[in-house]
Amino acid sequence: MIEELSTTEQGDLVINVGPQHPSTHGVLHLVITLNGETIKKVEPHLGYIHRSIEKMCESLSYRQFIYVTSRMDYLSSHINNHGCALCVEKGLQIEVPPRAKVIRVLMDELTRLASHQLWWGAMAMDVGALTPFFHAFREREAINDIMEETCGARLTMNYMVPGGVMADIHPNFQRKVKEFLSFFHTKIDEYDELVTDNVIFKNRMAGVGHLSPEDAISYGCTGPTARGSGVSCDIRKLYPYEVYGDLQFEEISEKGGDCFARYLVRMQEMRQSIKIIEQLIDNIPGGEHLAKTKAVLKLPKGEFYSRVETARGEFGVYIISEGGTTPYRIKFRSPGFSNLSALDHMAKGHKIGDLVAIMGTLDLVIPDIDR
Amino acid sequence: MLSIENITHSIDAWLNSAFNPTVALLLEYLIVGLFAISLFAILGLVLVLMERKVSAYMQVRLGPNRVGPGGSLQTVADTLKLAMKEGLTPDGADKFLFNLAPYVVIAVAMMILAPIAFAKGTQLWDLNIGVLYITAVSSLSVIGILMAGWASNNKYSLLGAMRSGAQIVSYELSAGLSVISIVVLTGSLRISDIIASQQDGWWLFKGHVPAFIAFIIFIIAITAETNRAPFDLAEAESELTAGFHTEYSGMKFALFFLAEYVNIFIVCGIAATLFLGGWMPLHIGHWTAFNHVMDYIPSSLWFLGKIFTLIFVIMWFRWTFPRLRIDQLLNLEWKYLLPISIVNLLLITLIAIEGWHF
Repeated sequence: MIEELSTTEQGDLVINVGPQHPSTHGVLHLVITLNGETIKKVEPHLGYIHRSIEKMCESLSYRQFIYVTSRMDYLSSHINNHGCALCVEKGLQIEVPPRAKVIRVLMDELTRLASHQLWWGAMAMDVGALTPFFHAFREREAINDIMEETCGARLTMNYMVPGGVMADIHPNFQRKVKEFLSFFHTKIDEYDELVTDNVIFKNRMAGVGHLSPEDAISYGCTGPTARGSGVSCDIRKLYPYEVYGDLQFEEISEKGGDCFARYLVRMQEMRQSIKIIEQLIDNIPGGEHLAKTKAVLKLPKGEFYSRVETARGEFGVYIISEGGTTPYRIKFRSPGFSNLSALDHMAKGHKIGDLVAIMGTLDLVIPDIDR
Repeated sequence: MLSIENITHSIDAWLNSAFNPTVALLLEYLIVGLFAISLFAILGLVLVLMERKVSAYMQVRLGPNRVGPGGSLQTVADTLKLAMKEGLTPDGADKFLFNLAPYVVIAVAMMILAPIAFAKGTQLWDLNIGVLYITAVSSLSVIGILMAGWASNNKYSLLGAMRSGAQIVSYELSAGLSVISIVVLTGSLRISDIIASQQDGWWLFKGHVPAFIAFIIFIIAITAETNRAPFDLAEAESELTAGFHTEYSGMKFALFFLAEYVNIFIVCGIAATLFLGGWMPLHIGHWTAFNHVMDYIPSSLWFLGKIFTLIFVIMWFRWTFPRLRIDQLLNLEWKYLLPISIVNLLLITLIAIEGWHF
């Protein structure tokens, strides 16, 4: 059956979805082959927003290259920066002060919340409900304000530096985060009421875009995409970094493997992020927010790898150093690229409307895929 | 009390006294035509603004608030913008059909306007098969949509048009069966008779539960027939960019847009006429004082009030529900709504024969 479906026959409709299309959330170009409304093949064409970030990083110093990575997965920019900072610290063997560790984790989880909020709104918009998007943006605005106060920016924060964080948190930070949490607690229930429990939404999601655990692993899927198939892959649990090892939170995973399972994973992850923030917000240790480092950073000769869990999955940073002030070679392992590769497998045999729903649950950020 | 009936009668009397009957009739046609066109324009302006305000209200924002007081002239500005845009015909499109399609859609919408009674004695054409006429003509609009989709030479348009075709043809059945249930209760296809039969109570209340079920099914079916969310598959913008009118621009696009809103108005008008007593005020049994007070509200206000309440409900659907998938959409109709409507029609026939309705 699959063999039969995979060939283009006369009478098939070949449609270019993108690079300018409302549902691709960026400049992703999908060439889809249709038989009526049924999808036979999805072929992603990449490269429309390729900026050769990895090559650029080779000519930037170890302090500078971190900022470029904000422009990859712009919805998890803190976490990208965090991964890079971790890798440099590993190479230089810098001990990060406890205060900086906690601030970093707080910022990561706030970023994850903001990213999942935006995903939730965009996901609902993909399946045709326009209102959730505005509700999600209202809540995300509060997080952006918190970020703006402390980091000075709202989207590409560039707050992480090797050895800690660039500046101490704003005096209002703790109060505002607590205000936001008490407000968001009620809103997340509202999210469930409006979208999760909606019959139409459930029918659109359940049983669509099935991904078995074996396929999830073989396509290299990570993050909520793989955890929706029951694969345990949360870097925060498997390879704890910073203070994640001491925190009480659960790795969310759903057995379903369909769109609804992936949806539920992200919805529950939001609650887990709230839990993490609640544990840390009153327990920020005192002291320095930045370790003393040399003016010019030089990584010793060798290879260094570190990984973090972004909102979309595993983000890996691989640095080869020749001992100079700039990296010899840098490779980023971005979660979106591997997750996108499973799209054809998931969408085959479904309708066009399902393709949009599947892409929604993959939570694609195109600059993360193209780099 | 000033009512539209008196105005129309005095105009008719004056025209007939001032001119000979043929000229008077021609002038009346002209007036009616102008009335229909200006009603279209006003409805378009009001409903687009209403949609934007309703959506803004649901989405915790303000909506248009710059042009005119409270943004009330926003649609006028938008229409002017659309009127000044180039009406592009894409290469490879069937020029004749492409340019004809919007006019077919809008002409159909105008034709359905004819038998609707806007107020006591204000009806353009009280033909004896009014309900049949409405159902027959409303199914023509799918031709315009298919024409637009096919002539555009665009795959998105084609898919949208095909979806729309399947959808409108299917949901016509449920809508038709719901309409028939009221015809069975009334015993007449004439709109004025249907309204007159609801003098002592609306069919929604008089016809027991089956009439209520018929009303709900009718509302679902008309939402689908007007291609409104959650049944807006024909233009599903996250899937098909804009569906059948992807290639349209300028005034030709505006005509599609206008037709959509006028269609909503008309189908809500039909729903109000069949189930909510048209322009009849709300009367409750023997509450004479209450009924008298209700009579003082002009009949046109009653009719418009009912229509706009229904329109609000349909807008509410749009800004709350996600979109159905094409197979779910057809399943809903063929597996659920149609069997329910058929059984419901049998029940209503039983009620009508036994005279169990109030």
